[in-house]
Amino acid sequence: MLSFKDILATQDMIDKRHLDIRTITMGISLLDCAHEDVNECARRIYDKITRKAENLVKVGEEIEWEFGIPIVNKRISVTPIAIVGNSCNTDSYVPLAIAMDKAAQECGVNFIGGFSALVQKGCTKGDWILMDSIPEAMKATNLVCSSVNVGSTKAGINMDAVAKMGNIIKKTAELTADNDGLGCAKLVVFANAVEDNPFMAGAFHGVGEPEVELNVGVSGPGVVYHALQSVKGQPFDVVAETIKKTAFRITRMGQMVGVEAGKRLDVPFGIVDLSLAPTPAVGDSVARILEEMGLEVCGTHGTTAALALLNDAVKKGGVMASNHVGGLSGAFIPVSEDEGMIAAAESGVLTLDKLEAMTCVCSVGLDMIAVPGDTSAATISAIIADEAAIGMVNSKTTAVRIIPAPGKTVGDRVEMGGLLGSAPVMPVHGESAADFIARGGRIPAPLQSLKN
Amino acid sequence: MKAIVTVIGEDRVGIIATVCTDLAAYNVNVLDISQTVMQGYFTMMMVVDVSNATCPVAELAQKFDEKGKEMGLSIRLQRAEIFKAMHRV
Repeated sequence: MLSFKDILATQDMIDKRHLDIRTITMGISLLDCAHEDVNECARRIYDKITRKAENLVKVGEEIEWEFGIPIVNKRISVTPIAIVGNSCNTDSYVPLAIAMDKAAQECGVNFIGGFSALVQKGCTKGDWILMDSIPEAMKATNLVCSSVNVGSTKAGINMDAVAKMGNIIKKTAELTADNDGLGCAKLVVFANAVEDNPFMAGAFHGVGEPEVELNVGVSGPGVVYHALQSVKGQPFDVVAETIKKTAFRITRMGQMVGVEAGKRLDVPFGIVDLSLAPTPAVGDSVARILEEMGLEVCGTHGTTAALALLNDAVKKGGVMASNHVGGLSGAFIPVSEDEGMIAAAESGVLTLDKLEAMTCVCSVGLDMIAVPGDTSAATISAIIADEAAIGMVNSKTTAVRIIPAPGKTVGDRVEMGGLLGSAPVMPVHGESAADFIARGGRIPAPLQSLKN
Repeated sequence: MKAIVTVIGEDRVGIIATVCTDLAAYNVNVLDISQTVMQGYFTMMMVVDVSNATCPVAELAQKFDEKGKEMGLSIRLQRAEIFKAMHRV
């Protein structure tokens, strides 16, 4: 029998602690949409997405009402377009991005991911075309998200692609300069990208995935923060236990919603992504959890250790609550999407270098960071290379989603609106890495033993 | 299929009567009721059977949400699985 206390506790988490299902993301394979004519390929992409995801939003809303739990985002991820478009006789995949955008609008979802390429070891013709198409695609569409995987633990880092992506990010910012370089908020560069990630901007439907599946991203930084307030001053053993228990509850809810949604859509349930994903709302911040552990401001000494504990405890608590865990699964530290991170960055305590250190122990990486508009492409490439190296050596996913905001400099603010939030422009090192990036080639895959 | 109805708000005459009348109108059977007054707030929990309800559960939840707003109360109808998932291993 359920007790009053349990029921009110759940309602309290939803009402006051921002507990929600952050996203249900339908992964759709587009492998059968390839065609030599790019317009025919675009038509097939539109048809398949709108057919498969026709009821996604409707079912999501039904579940929200029936269970009384908000599902904030309904989204779609598709096969990397560089693979789907490789057969097209064309020099631009922008028409394919437009088809994705139209299909996403038709389905009523708020983002579609998969304008992507996997180039960790080298690039096909399609991969180059895709990367060249990104700036224009980000300008021409509203809902399309793009990602490029430039490195992996098994393949090393493709430094030609790293160099290319520095330029692509700069160009994307310039083409979307009217919106402070908003295009870059929908573009992420990965190392060790995962194939079943439900979160944007990095979601794509990997080639090892089934025809269609449903992945769920849960969230609840506010719930964890609140739970930690009840164990003030207690040892870390207690802190870790408290986080584990909270993560267990959150994940069980995600698992239940995922299975239920899959059943109704007649689509297999894929995974629950055990991530703590913040939003710009007050009380929904990962930074504030770290501060609750005893740090004056997120970014000061001790932050990396606090984050390591948080990330590990979330996974340990969540992994038993779901029969399939996947995606990125870890605490996110996007600067613009986290009220506490914004405050810490504005105060100057949280720097790019500290954020880089933090990405060694959590998912995903340097996320939603605004840097001065005059930051060179080579410097952006070097930032990507650093992050990719952390991912490659530590066998984890890392990413860079960085916005060189046109015309802005340190002290300014970039407004992206909605869940993307706003970010203070953070300083980068002025010393050049141009010669380093100009070398090109490939950084070899690292040794997997003798680890010291 | 079981659901939980929770009603929270300022205590006054007829809350239970109104909610139960509405539930009956949708052919929802009440299996259990418990209520208490916490810090001056009327708090009621009902376990109900919605298997034979005359409208879909999502719609039912919306109707009670609206009813709650009308009455100046919080009335929620949620399927019981969410609470079981979160609080029972």
